Amino acid sequence: MSYQFMGYRRPNGKFGARNLVAVIPSVICANDVGQAICRQVQGTIGYFHHQGCCQLPIDLKRVTDTLSNLGQSPNVAAALVVSLGCEGTDHERMVEEIRATGKPVEIIRIQELGGTSRAIQAGIDAAQKLVQQVSGLQREPVDISEVVMAIKCGASDTTSGMASNCVIGYVADKLVDLGATVVFGETTEFLGGEHILARRAVGGEKGPVGQKIYEIVDRMEKRAKSIGEDMRGGQPTPGNIAGGLSSIEEKSLGAIVKSGHRPIQGVLEYCDKVTDQKGLWIKDAPGREPEILTGMAATGAQFMMFSTGRGAPQGFPSMPVIKVCGNPNTYERMGHDMDLNAGRIITGEATIEQVGEEAFELLLKVLNGQMTKNEALGYFGSMDIFCLGPVI
Amino acid sequence: MELKLALKVDDLDNVATIFANGIVDGTQVEVRDKKGQSETITVHGDVPYGHKIALRDIAKGEPIMKYGESIGAASHDIKKGDYVHIHNMDAMRGRGDL
Repeated sequence: MSYQFMGYRRPNGKFGARNLVAVIPSVICANDVGQAICRQVQGTIGYFHHQGCCQLPIDLKRVTDTLSNLGQSPNVAAALVVSLGCEGTDHERMVEEIRATGKPVEIIRIQELGGTSRAIQAGIDAAQKLVQQVSGLQREPVDISEVVMAIKCGASDTTSGMASNCVIGYVADKLVDLGATVVFGETTEFLGGEHILARRAVGGEKGPVGQKIYEIVDRMEKRAKSIGEDMRGGQPTPGNIAGGLSSIEEKSLGAIVKSGHRPIQGVLEYCDKVTDQKGLWIKDAPGREPEILTGMAATGAQFMMFSTGRGAPQGFPSMPVIKVCGNPNTYERMGHDMDLNAGRIITGEATIEQVGEEAFELLLKVLNGQMTKNEALGYFGSMDIFCLGPVI
Repeated sequence: MELKLALKVDDLDNVATIFANGIVDGTQVEVRDKKGQSETITVHGDVPYGHKIALRDIAKGEPIMKYGESIGAASHDIKKGDYVHIHNMDAMRGRGDL
């Protein structure tokens, strides 16, 4: 059995599920100009993060890489970089790397243009041209193996590990078997379950991938403890605890279910993009939504499948996010935010396989252009970039 | 009366998760495992939707098992049917004091 979706072919051979013009502030100080451009010009989205200056070199490189990879991601048809002029990120490199994928890219520099109002005008002119240039592109049939699916769970409760994550695990297995790429992360939520993941690594627990999994978990655990504080009280979150999750281990063991059963091919760093990797991959990223959704979109994922129990409503500017809700009570209360009701598994009305097949049908529709609930509501403005060091 | 159902994920588990509303002290729940076997247990304490109960007595310090894996350790002696959560169990990972 093979499956296709209707996607936008990019000059570098990747396929997008959306056809957006991305407005990319290279530093937080350019956000207001970028927002003014996005308000005016239809078909644009913005990455309004809070980084890009007065950071350690490792983080400045990380922010540059992440923004560059967001601009290169296949759902983005063209990009406008908004630079202040004195920031720490390498905005010229962003432009070069995005241009190398063959898509149109422009840059405006606020200080050089004589201030914000002039930059807004120049940015609106540039974005308008880009939108006109790409808005006529047509979708064409693409094999499902060109898909990169990101997966994530948020606002979890005990239904997540027994229903919605099982559904996503079913979809992950199916996509891997069809030759596609699946990326999961949330390293914090491997704690207590890392041995299970390491045993699923290509080459086994003792091989380089298995050892890398132990290494990233150890790094994340040490990072959490390094400030001399206890992780309890922060992870699981108060909402997780109210939902019945008693420890990070319980949260983790439920969370890793969403990765399915296939072998783990390797570990991607936070700002890495997928080039030609296939199969199931880990992205070393924390669990918090604004940072991991950014990391996943920078991977080049055309969409995300997101499991929730208590009801996490948010999406991402350039990546449709499909909400699979494991808690039947939450689905009843928050149906306007939840795309699929996996709570029927908890109530015994449906099996994991049945809801898994519904999720697969839905993801094909979303890849073809059907908006998810958070896209239709425009609920995707909050994003950020995961940095390692302090603001200096 | 509506069936009050609790699920045991793995044979090694010593807790089950209740997926029912209105569980109060003395409510009887039916605990089911993957093989469809069931046992009726009387709940001690009020247990919210999605929270756990003990399937047997668990001594202080013993691991709490779910998904066939340890999810922490008992911080108090726990009796069969007791509500199990952060008041009587503790995570063993990500802690600053261990």
